[in-house]
Amino acid sequence: MTIASLGKDLLGLEHLSREQIQLILDTAEPFKEVSERPIKKVPALRGKTIVNLFFEASTRTRISFEFAEKRLSADTVNVAAQGSSVQKGENLVDTARNLEAMRIDMVVVRHPSSGAAKFLAERIRSNVINGGDGMHEHPTQALLDMLTIRDRKHHLEGVKVCICGDVAHSRVARSNIWGLTKLGAEVAVCGPQSLMPAAVEELGVTVFRRIDEAIEWADVLNILRLQLERMKAGYIPSLREYYRVFGVTLERLERAPHELLILHPGPMNRGVEIDSRVADGPHSVILDQVTNGVAVRMAVLYLLAGGRPELAEAAKGVDRGGGA
Amino acid sequence: MRPILLSGGRVIDPSQEHDAVADLLIVDGKVAALGRNLAAPDGAEQVSVSGKVVAPGLIDLHVHLREPGREDAETVATGARAAAAGGFTAVCAMPNTDPVTDNQAAVGFIVKQATAARAARVYPIGAISVGQRGEQLAEFGEMVGAGAVAVSDDGHPVVSSHLMRTALDYARSFGIPVAEHCEDPALAQNGVMHAGIVSTRLGLRGIPAAAEEIMVARNVLLAELTGGHVHLCHISTRGSVDLIRRGKERGVNVTAEATPHHFALTHEACEGYDTNAKMNPPLRTTADVAAVRAGLRDGVLDVIATDHAPHHYEAKEREFDDAPFGVVGLETALGLGITCLVEGGFLSLAQLVERMSTTPARIFHLPGGSLRAGMEADVVVFDPDAPWVVEPERFLSKSRNTPFAGRQLRGRVLLTLVGGNRVYAAP
Repeated sequence: MTIASLGKDLLGLEHLSREQIQLILDTAEPFKEVSERPIKKVPALRGKTIVNLFFEASTRTRISFEFAEKRLSADTVNVAAQGSSVQKGENLVDTARNLEAMRIDMVVVRHPSSGAAKFLAERIRSNVINGGDGMHEHPTQALLDMLTIRDRKHHLEGVKVCICGDVAHSRVARSNIWGLTKLGAEVAVCGPQSLMPAAVEELGVTVFRRIDEAIEWADVLNILRLQLERMKAGYIPSLREYYRVFGVTLERLERAPHELLILHPGPMNRGVEIDSRVADGPHSVILDQVTNGVAVRMAVLYLLAGGRPELAEAAKGVDRGGGA
Repeated sequence: MRPILLSGGRVIDPSQEHDAVADLLIVDGKVAALGRNLAAPDGAEQVSVSGKVVAPGLIDLHVHLREPGREDAETVATGARAAAAGGFTAVCAMPNTDPVTDNQAAVGFIVKQATAARAARVYPIGAISVGQRGEQLAEFGEMVGAGAVAVSDDGHPVVSSHLMRTALDYARSFGIPVAEHCEDPALAQNGVMHAGIVSTRLGLRGIPAAAEEIMVARNVLLAELTGGHVHLCHISTRGSVDLIRRGKERGVNVTAEATPHHFALTHEACEGYDTNAKMNPPLRTTADVAAVRAGLRDGVLDVIATDHAPHHYEAKEREFDDAPFGVVGLETALGLGITCLVEGGFLSLAQLVERMSTTPARIFHLPGGSLRAGMEADVVVFDPDAPWVVEPERFLSKSRNTPFAGRQLRGRVLLTLVGGNRVYAAP
């Protein structure tokens, strides 16, 4: 068996192979258990320094990365755009080079411009992990979505996943489309046409115009957050109408011919894209996604640091607490 | 000044439908004779150019020379030298300088800098509106008096149809074209590349083809309404070519240009977030490239213009969203024309010279574009077969922002004469 390597960086899923994606998901499996221990720490990245460089507000992604890093025993620093030299006009590369001069090993970067993670990766020696770049990709989010679906469905091949909402502006949608199609899932998108990107069908997805059709077809709905700015920018008339026409409600799900798994990358707008009774209902795996996020990010960090996947289990060995 | 005899070259002069081996004699900076076996006058410098093409110097109706304002990226002098190296003997400088070239003093400054440069001729284009703000007409009459050959608000399309109508009407008094960058800003929505599958994959905001076509249609209609001459810059879409074709069929006074990058590259060039492929209008699809090439072949698109847009290295060395639009073009235009259009079977070499010299001179009422006896000796000599590789570090332009680095082209400029003076000779 050849071991697929991830290379220096994780910038997106578009250019990863099926084997590389599979590798990350499989490597995440043994790391899930670490978070269930009373002492949630393994020494795999002991001595590594990781910077979480966030040019855009984020709560859950940053915290998830930070937990993943700390549970692998890395030393971490969070840099938020507010209050940093970024505000003084220092550019992305200079910021990163300065950090690198302090001898760091990895950077997790979130940035409002598409391509920013790649731009950075080409200019610094440290490993770069894309924590979301503009409307381009958010690979670890898609990986945790896929892991969550796989947990419930036991495979991804042939599973019908519909991504609902503002696909045009969504990096989560793009990464999910690449990842899921590479692993053999059938992927559809559904939302107002005014929030669909140009030539979306050329990405190999089915396009549903009505949410009821999507619900009838799908095994899994991944419901995107509707950014409230979209209404001001004129893409949709009102949140009220959005909920009535595109909102995933309990009534709509009850009409479905089979039970659906409900995902949402968060943060949710309850009563806009999703009904609370759906978000908190029995088919929601939204909190499982959050749990899996830590394991997936541990896997990515471990693999990029040069960790060998077959040793992931063993890498957890030392520092084993009182758990299993 | 010694007489010059360029002997034995293939002389292509579309203005007199000449395409044959001949000698060209230049005396006192003017074309003295064109014919076979001309005798060299006493003291003449005789240059054998057999196997090479001798043509009227190329004329570029659309360049940005950045002076005043961004002399770190280009100056009138460096731009005029880069032009000469590209075989151009005249270029028209857009008014988006800082301050904007919107008055006679500013126009006069460009003329003065160009005279001092002693390279390619530089003809200023004045702004349509004061400050290119699209509100109040600039003083066309005084700017023409100071040397302006056209007006344009360049990268700031004239949004008000009323102002555009007035500009077309008013420009008729001075016999100058109104050049327009066709883009509906509301529809372009701060896009950074063509709206299509590549922008969707890259997650970049797209500019739909319709953003250009809406303004092309409006401008054709306003030219029809006023009888004024509208010149449409850097046409990039199939739909625009169709609209212009239909306008011309109705006899509308419309001319249009295509850039080398729009006939050579598609939006795929933006892959990898290459900021050197970021320009406005953006690179489009394969079908659009084919339509632009066919438009040049059919004469729907009258001329090739570079939209030479130099930017300092630092400006392009950043995230795609934040990098400025534009590519340099003066030193690669002829090679791209020969490689993509002549070798591609869209134009004969004579037609290429026509689109890059004779027609630009005619539609902007500029001297040049011809080798008739008595004309100023603005001449280019090039080897149409010589292969070369684009090496930006060798450019005479101050800037290096080209998406063609490393590309092998055919057709190399050997000698450029302006008024009989050697302004460029290949090393």
